[in-house]
Amino acid sequence: MYRYTDFDATFVAERNAQFRAQVERRIDGSLTEDEFKPLRLMNGLYLQLHAYMLRVAIPYGTLSSAQMRQLAYIAERWDKGYGHFTTRQNIQFNWPTLRDVPDMLDALAEVQMHAIQTSGNTIRNVTADHFAGAAADEIADPRPVAELIRQWSTDHPEFQFLPRKFKIAVTGSPNDRAVTKAHDIGLRMVLNDAGEPGFEVIVGGGLGRTPMIGKVVRDFLPEADLLPYLEAVVSVWNLLGRRDNKYKSRIKITVHEHGIDDIRARVEERFALLRPAFTGVDQQLFAQIKSDFEPPAFKDRDTGPFDLAYANDPVFRSWADTNLSAHRAPGHAIAQISLKAHGATPGDATAEQMRVMADLAERYGYDELRISHEQNVVLPHVHKADLPAIHAALKAAGLATANIGKISDIIACPGMDYCALATARSIPIAQEIATRFDQLKLEHEVGDLKIKISGCINACGHHHVGHIGILGLDRAGVENYQITLGGDHTETAAIGQRTGPGFSADEIVPAIERIVDTYLSERENADEAFIDTFRRVGMTPFKTALYGESDKKKKAA
Amino acid sequence: MPAIFTPKVITANALLEGDVVYLTQDDTWTLNLKDADVLTDEADAQIRLIDASARTSEVVGVYLADVAPDAKGPKPTHFREAFRMRGPSNYPHGKQSEAL
Repeated sequence: MYRYTDFDATFVAERNAQFRAQVERRIDGSLTEDEFKPLRLMNGLYLQLHAYMLRVAIPYGTLSSAQMRQLAYIAERWDKGYGHFTTRQNIQFNWPTLRDVPDMLDALAEVQMHAIQTSGNTIRNVTADHFAGAAADEIADPRPVAELIRQWSTDHPEFQFLPRKFKIAVTGSPNDRAVTKAHDIGLRMVLNDAGEPGFEVIVGGGLGRTPMIGKVVRDFLPEADLLPYLEAVVSVWNLLGRRDNKYKSRIKITVHEHGIDDIRARVEERFALLRPAFTGVDQQLFAQIKSDFEPPAFKDRDTGPFDLAYANDPVFRSWADTNLSAHRAPGHAIAQISLKAHGATPGDATAEQMRVMADLAERYGYDELRISHEQNVVLPHVHKADLPAIHAALKAAGLATANIGKISDIIACPGMDYCALATARSIPIAQEIATRFDQLKLEHEVGDLKIKISGCINACGHHHVGHIGILGLDRAGVENYQITLGGDHTETAAIGQRTGPGFSADEIVPAIERIVDTYLSERENADEAFIDTFRRVGMTPFKTALYGESDKKKKAA
Repeated sequence: MPAIFTPKVITANALLEGDVVYLTQDDTWTLNLKDADVLTDEADAQIRLIDASARTSEVVGVYLADVAPDAKGPKPTHFREAFRMRGPSNYPHGKQSEAL
């Protein structure tokens, strides 16, 4: 894992001291709220519906056990004993008071963490494949790239007042688990015909009120050209991007308005100017960073204990079948810890649960944890022989739900239970859907199905790329939920299509049930996943199930 | 014809705690909507809003929210204000629900 240099530690400490003074000046009246707001946002501090919220960066979703324990400590000391893991691989604390936030930031700095650039019109926390460095299908670990971008973008003087926020995601695997096509820039690590490493650069993706799938702006960018090329893209957008209308300010709109060919030409022109300024210092730094991400020395051991438990314990077997993924090292597995117990708040973990996960990572997992954009925790490197013990410990902490990728593994934004921007609640809908399908005992019969819920058009819950997407809106003072079908968050990314009129809070769970029933009756066999059935049969049978034969009947909104 | 002025309360978030607060008749801030001053005159409401907005060392984001007056005090008319009054629905963590 990356360790802070003296430079990093000093930078974060200085920034925290500045913010402490800014908070004091706000409290004593020397700063107005208008002056203070951009400063607090730059440090991850929002004011939400009921309280302040501190958003802490978990760069590329990677945590050590010490960092996870410190998050647990912060949750207990200054919050209400829990934290909320987000779709941006961050953690949010929902109840801090203003005076406590500088102390929380200092506590984070003790374990080399911060909340810098988790908000505001800057380059945000860089996200990456949560299986990075572990996945069997990976070409290279994307985290050194993400760390290099973090260092380049942090406090970058040209990019502190961008037209809007800017999000970069990196994947080192052809199977895209980082939703790269829905980011301002998505980077796919690839090899060219000569076997040299580089990137496919995707630009202008995004969700929100105008969802767009990103477009390839450069199909092969040599590794050493990365930073000048990124700088070219961001600076072209910084000049062209619209500041007159915040709904049209993201790069996806700039690319849409100017066309990808025009943007590509401008970027190449700017790149030609910038490239000579990068004399290789960035590559020296990159080499150093890479050495911090050397894989652990995986031990080859007997998998006997795993095989025994798998054969004899059906609960363990179900968990292993659902929550494990293929690891690159023999005898190892990637274990996902579901933060989606049926009826619980998606992405929430108590301080006690954080400590259990930290202990397991330290004891069995080469001291590493990951946060996925799907709001689960990952033990990226575990030996199969240790899995029965890991499973038992998780079970005791309420963390052994066997539902990864299933209908109850729902992404949900905080919605109107917390968020000041939300137009409806998300969390209770997720809780009700998970509880309902658990009662029906249909979850494993239904198989792989991604439900994603957003409580407003900004789409933090990624509803556009859910197989089933749910968008909560305010329709004449009543919560109303629109459904989209056929979205895809992977390398075959697609935006879901709206089924039709929305449903009230009381009607949305039965509506989801009708969609699932339709899938079960339409699918060719149990191996055909929901998304494949949808692609084969199209919208019509689902529409009929939702609204009846005639579209005019039973319109709910 | 001008729109009819519906009853309102002045609400904001407390600067230090972040709590949802409401302005009372004697110009203090309360956590409880039932103790809020219900404003029925538009001119009065606008002046009270300007004065309340100037109290920047106490509160953030001051605005007028619609309410329905009731014998037990004002009730929210929109679900957003109902959540602000009560707190989140997934945990009993709402500061207002503690105070009530």
